[in-house]
Amino acid sequence: MNIQDYAIRISQNRTKEGFTFDCQTINGEVEVLQVEVNGMNGFPIFMTKTQSQILCIVYLWSEDEVKPEKRVEMLEMMLDTSISIPLSAYARVGNRFVLYGALSVNSNLDKVVEEVVTLNENAIDVVTAMEDFLK
Amino acid sequence: MNILKKIMTAIRGGTRELGESIVDSQGTRIFEQEIEDAQESLKKAKHDLTQVMAKEMQASRKVESITAEIDKNEGYVADALAKKEETLALEIATKVAELEQDKAQQVDAQQSYEKHIGKLKSMMEKAERQLKDYERQLTMVKTTENVQKATAAITDNFGTTDSTLMSAKESLDRIRKKQEDFDDRNLAADQLDAENSGKNLSDKMKEAGIGDTQSAAEAVLARLKAKSSKKKA
Repeated sequence: MNIQDYAIRISQNRTKEGFTFDCQTINGEVEVLQVEVNGMNGFPIFMTKTQSQILCIVYLWSEDEVKPEKRVEMLEMMLDTSISIPLSAYARVGNRFVLYGALSVNSNLDKVVEEVVTLNENAIDVVTAMEDFLK
Repeated sequence: MNILKKIMTAIRGGTRELGESIVDSQGTRIFEQEIEDAQESLKKAKHDLTQVMAKEMQASRKVESITAEIDKNEGYVADALAKKEETLALEIATKVAELEQDKAQQVDAQQSYEKHIGKLKSMMEKAERQLKDYERQLTMVKTTENVQKATAAITDNFGTTDSTLMSAKESLDRIRKKQEDFDDRNLAADQLDAENSGKNLSDKMKEAGIGDTQSAAEAVLARLKAKSSKKKA
C-alpha cells in the first residue's frame, strides 16, 4: 500500500470506539499523509513510509518553546518516561521534539489505525504532563 | 562502517538543518553497491553449493555401489576357496583389491566435497549476516533522510505560523477550550436530564396523592366559589 491507499482506507475506517479520520496528503520530496482523528481534541499525525517502516509522527514542541533552565530536566524526564508510553517514543527532528510510532510496512490497517489513535492520546498526555517545562 | 556513528557526527556538526541529507547521496550509493555485491556473491555461492552438493551425492552413490560390488566379490572368493579353486580365488581377490582402491579414492573425494560444502555454507551465512547488516544500516540512513524530507514537506506546506504546527501551549489551550466546551455541553445535558427527571417526579407524586393533587377544574371551581362568596358578603 502506498500513502494514497492508506489515505483512502483510513478515511473509510471507523473504529469500534467510533473514531473516524480526516486524511490529507502533503506533497513534497517524500509523500506525507496528515491524519486527524475526528472527535478527539488531539494533534495532527503525519504518516510517512520508508522501505521497511511506516512512521507516524506528532510534532510536540520546538526547542525555543522550552524553558532553558528546565531543559535538562525535561530531556531526562523524556528518557525516563519513554518506555512507559505505549506504542510511542520520543525523538527530535531538527529543532522539534516529536512523539512517534514505527510500524512494519507489513502491518495491517487495524494496527496503523490503533497506532494513530494511541499516538494522539499519548501526545495529549505528554503535552499536558510536560507543560511546566515549556515557556 | 557504523552508520549510526556517521549520523551522530553529522548531527553534532550541525547537519540538523531540515532537508539537508545526513549522509551524502554518494555514501548511500556506496552502501547500495555493497548490498548489490553481497547479493551477487551470495547468488554465486548458492550456485557453487548446488554443484558441489550434486558431486558429493554422486561420490556417495559410487561408494555405495563399489561397497556392494566388493561384498559380492568377497562372496565369490569364499565360494572359489570352498571349491579349492585357488587361482580363481586369487584372481577375484585381485579385483576386490582394485575395487577397494577405487572405493578409497571415492571416499576421499566425497570427504573433500563435504568439507567444501561446509565452507560454502558458512560463507553464505556470513554473507547473509553482512547483507542483513548493510540493509539495517541503510534503513537508518534512509529513515533519517525520509523523516527530514517529510518534516520539510510539512513545514513547507503549512508554513511555521500555520495552526497545524502550532506551539504546544497553543495546542494545549485549544485542547482545554474544546474540553471546556465539551464539559459545558455535558453540564447542560445533565441539567436538562435533571429537569426532565424532576417533572417525572412531580408526576409520580401526583399519582401517589402527595403534594398538589387537585385537578385544574377543581381548582378553578374552588376559586370561583370563593369569589362569589366574597361578592355576597
